[in-house]
Amino acid sequence: MTADNTALSTAAERALIEQYEAASTGDAVKLMREKAIAGFRSRGLPNRRVEEWKYTDLRRGMNEALPIAEMPAAAEAKAAVDTVAGFGDMAGARIVFVNGLYAPELSEISGVEGLTIRSLAATLAKSRPQGLGELAASLTDSALDLNTAFMRDGALIDVAAGAEIEKPVEILHVAAGEPAATYTRHVVRVGEGAKVCFSEVYSGKGHYQTNTAIEFSAAKGAEVSWIKLQNESREAQHLSTLLSRLDGEVGFDHFIFNSGAHLSRTQTFLRFDGEGSRAELRSAMLITEEQHCDVTLVVDHAVPNCESREFCKSVIDGAAKGVFQGRINVFPHAQKTDGRMVSQALFLSESVEMAYKPELEIFADDVQCAHGATSGQIDEDLLFYLRARGIPEAEARTLLVLAFLSEVIEEIGDEQVVETLEERTRTWLGY
Amino acid sequence: MALLEIKNLHTRIAEDGTEILRGVDLTVNAGEVHAIMGPNGSGKSTLSYVLAGKENYEVTEGEVLFNGENILEMGPDERAMAGMFLAFQYPIEIPGVATITFLKAALNSQRKARGLDELPTPDFMKLVREKAKQMNITSDMLKRPLNVGFSGGEKKRSEILQMALLEPTLCVLDETDSGLDIDALKVVSNGVNALRSPERAMIVITHYQRLLDHIVPDIVHVLSAGKIVKTGGPDLALELEKNGYADYIGEAA
Amino acid sequence: MPAVQETVDRVREIDVEQYKYGFVTNIESDKAPKGLNEDIIRFISAKKGELEWMLETRLDAYRRWLTMEEPDWARVSYPKIDFNDLYYYSAPKKSGYGLKGLDEVDPELLATYEKLGIPLREQEILAGVEPKNRVAVDAVFDSVSVITTFKEGLAKAGVIFCSISEALREHPDLVKKYLGSVVPISDNFYATLNSAVFSDGSFVYVPEGVRCPMELSTYFRINEQNTGQFERTLIVAEKGAYVSYLEGCTAPQRDESQLHAAVVELVAMEDAEIKYSTVQNWYPGDADGRGGIYNFVTKRGDCRGVRSKISWTQVETGSAITWKYPSCILRGDDSRGEFYSVAISNCHQQIDSGTKMIHLGKNTSSRIISKGISAGKSQNTYRGLVSAHRKASNARNFTQCDNLLIGQDCGAHTVPYIESKNASAVFEHEATTSKISDDQMFYCLQRGLSEEEAVALVVNGFVRDIIQQLPMEFAVESQKLISISLEGSVG
Repeated sequence: MTADNTALSTAAERALIEQYEAASTGDAVKLMREKAIAGFRSRGLPNRRVEEWKYTDLRRGMNEALPIAEMPAAAEAKAAVDTVAGFGDMAGARIVFVNGLYAPELSEISGVEGLTIRSLAATLAKSRPQGLGELAASLTDSALDLNTAFMRDGALIDVAAGAEIEKPVEILHVAAGEPAATYTRHVVRVGEGAKVCFSEVYSGKGHYQTNTAIEFSAAKGAEVSWIKLQNESREAQHLSTLLSRLDGEVGFDHFIFNSGAHLSRTQTFLRFDGEGSRAELRSAMLITEEQHCDVTLVVDHAVPNCESREFCKSVIDGAAKGVFQGRINVFPHAQKTDGRMVSQALFLSESVEMAYKPELEIFADDVQCAHGATSGQIDEDLLFYLRARGIPEAEARTLLVLAFLSEVIEEIGDEQVVETLEERTRTWLGY
Repeated sequence: MALLEIKNLHTRIAEDGTEILRGVDLTVNAGEVHAIMGPNGSGKSTLSYVLAGKENYEVTEGEVLFNGENILEMGPDERAMAGMFLAFQYPIEIPGVATITFLKAALNSQRKARGLDELPTPDFMKLVREKAKQMNITSDMLKRPLNVGFSGGEKKRSEILQMALLEPTLCVLDETDSGLDIDALKVVSNGVNALRSPERAMIVITHYQRLLDHIVPDIVHVLSAGKIVKTGGPDLALELEKNGYADYIGEAA
Repeated sequence: MPAVQETVDRVREIDVEQYKYGFVTNIESDKAPKGLNEDIIRFISAKKGELEWMLETRLDAYRRWLTMEEPDWARVSYPKIDFNDLYYYSAPKKSGYGLKGLDEVDPELLATYEKLGIPLREQEILAGVEPKNRVAVDAVFDSVSVITTFKEGLAKAGVIFCSISEALREHPDLVKKYLGSVVPISDNFYATLNSAVFSDGSFVYVPEGVRCPMELSTYFRINEQNTGQFERTLIVAEKGAYVSYLEGCTAPQRDESQLHAAVVELVAMEDAEIKYSTVQNWYPGDADGRGGIYNFVTKRGDCRGVRSKISWTQVETGSAITWKYPSCILRGDDSRGEFYSVAISNCHQQIDSGTKMIHLGKNTSSRIISKGISAGKSQNTYRGLVSAHRKASNARNFTQCDNLLIGQDCGAHTVPYIESKNASAVFEHEATTSKISDDQMFYCLQRGLSEEEAVALVVNGFVRDIIQQLPMEFAVESQKLISISLEGSVG
């Protein structure tokens, strides 16, 4: 290869190109991968000069490209999965990825009516899976390009039209063993009028890099709820991209709980393609020490009469840095759009940092759009009030943090999930 | 010639096609006060909005003659110029626009339409102060943005003040008594009664009889399921107070 | 909804001919040759009789500018500007440097200002108006200041108010001390260009403890074709001083676009307060987007002293392109910055404007109220930054950005950046975008107001908080201007 590498200025960038060239496969999506790596080659890692990544500079933050991960020995894989505290036994079906590779013996993917789960790797060996790359084609983003160029495995999930899947479908990612990089890509398609709940969990030990992407589409009248739990190791890097497209009259409820990773970026792109749909995108962020956590949302109201709510709550301690970027785009003629975005941060220590960029981009006049952002510390008056009632300070602080987060967590509705998340919050606070 | 003639009026909600008025006939002569009573959802407020020209309603049949002229094709401002006034059940808030500024703008555009000169500011202020006093409206309230942060009673008094100032020939009062305590009700009623005159007619829309103790109507109508199902004298209101609307709910359907 | 549609149509048809400042003054002018090079800069500097250091600063800026690229991050689009196809200096022959008084000024010029409604004769102003409402005016025509009124009266109070060219000759040390200290010469592409070729603007110096006895104002007029205007203004308020300053701008109606690249620097020392108001009414271009001023402005205030305060108020109705972010650097502890803005765009106008509040000192506070109104095919963007640095304990900001849309062919955008590096900083930000509510329109119409009157009334209510920040005389003027820019025919 004699391609132009002038845009690549860091060792990590050059190493990624070398890895790609060394591992080059001849599978069914070879062209897609070539296009993606060319895109990466021309732009390099996202950095502060790229407006969308202004506050998360990967040229600085990602200083090495770890080797691509392999499946550990069966016993080690099982042990790693067993230690993951996801949502317990709630799941009805579960697909497990260890080091980014499908672990059939640890998964439980069959037996639920209306639900089909397949491994991406197995399919790619033969043909290009339906839907793969469709939503990704609309986005220019280096993190996604790397995912496309390197994707090794993932879940292809189809929910049949009209199916009502009672128990959550869990997609579990676990990292174990030597420092390595994983690239998972999922394609999730929910049929007309179907009802389903997903839980997406990331966990692991030690030093590793996760790059995951999901292409999600919901057909007319589908009701989907989705909980993502990002609980990577504190030494890990987590980059994730959710591309979603909603047809008409869809209800989509998405929640992210971010507490892991040294550096994380969770980017969600949502497009309303049919009228009468509603989406809620909520997230809670709990970070401390030197953690850097970036939550980025872009909501495209491409058609009239849709409603979106974006709500991000961040609790920041230590010397951590939180980033919230949210953009509501209202396309021309997308009348009667109702979009609201709120981001709030609570600072628990002196040396925290937070950056917000809540944007509205509006090209239709008959709309109601708003955003609000606030940041501050725990209200001393409230703290005093609680303590005056005999509640010790640490407990009072915990109560106030939980109260702060409750607006996004309690909306989940499922009591067991809410309790699990509140328990996590308590543990995180060391209480 | 009657001041207002409503003939076989049918209307529906433009957005979803729900039928509301299903053949209303009503004639109001100058000098008369008509009360329109009826259960919730009978179409009382719709009738007031249709008379004032709100766009959310579609007239599918019938006509409305005001001073002998069909007004259904006229915009709300043209109807206002022609002498129609609607006292809103829920007066609208306009932030940043002082009540006094609004009053002046409204009065002067109506004067202009009638071929009169704009009222010089001192004369205007004198006129407003005098009328405001009758309605128990302080000059402080006049300086506040229109209806913003006004109590229920203040909003209704402000509506009647506007009515007094604009001197319409037909006043439509939509549930003017809702949200008023007895003292406020008296102030508002006195304001309305002061405007009764041989040239002016009123349509008082209300759910309860108590307003009619203060504004005594000449004629009382019962509106039910989009039609006038009974017409009588003031005693009809008393009867309704005693027996409720139950007798009439079935009748129109 | 036919009623609203009617308004929209009317707004769309707006007759731009009504831009009442669109006339051209026929006057002999003294121009530098077209184009930009070091000789042109020497020519400008020589014309203004500047000292060597100023020329050197200009040349330094020019050399830096050659290495810079035009910024492209703003949401505005326009054909590439050929910076060599402009005149960088144009002055009416009988004006400026060397004139003794108003009597020596070309009568054509005086007539122009009369037509614009700008009082240049002190006695006339004195005759008609209450003394407390007196306004001192610096009138800038193309590249030069024509006259500055009430100079002597102000001098008695110790206040220096003159053109920046004169200040460079008469008070060089004072100017040298502050010029470029808020906006460094290589701050950004347009500011650097301005530093190289700036023509005229005002200089205000208010000494310690002085409350400037009258409103100061500068009136900018671009007249000559293909000429860029490069305004440079510097205002310094010493310890405990106070000054309120207002600028107004107009230009003739021409088919070609013209460039206005200004730099304004404010310095407020301990306990000082500067109130800076702008009513910007440059020619906006015609209904098809031809012509109009490209307004690229760098305005920045430095709250250098403790408890100092800088307040920006702007009413932006003109220009084809507006690129403008009046900012405050809150360096002194307990200092305060304010930004109040009304930005109205119609036809093909593009506005990308907002502010930056940089909190550096302790207990600093800032307030941003921005109201955008877009109509026609215009694009209106609020872009702002609020940041608290590590040491900015207890920084406070409140931001409110509201946008009103009239018609479905325009766009309203909000791009705020909020960065906090101090845990005790409390920031609040709110933004909304909506159209005028149908209920409000119906209510107004029911009371007999016409569509146009109703829109004007609601819009004026929407921007009222901001207009109230302006000095009385200008508030009334602005209200009229807002109605005109939106309606075309509301009287």
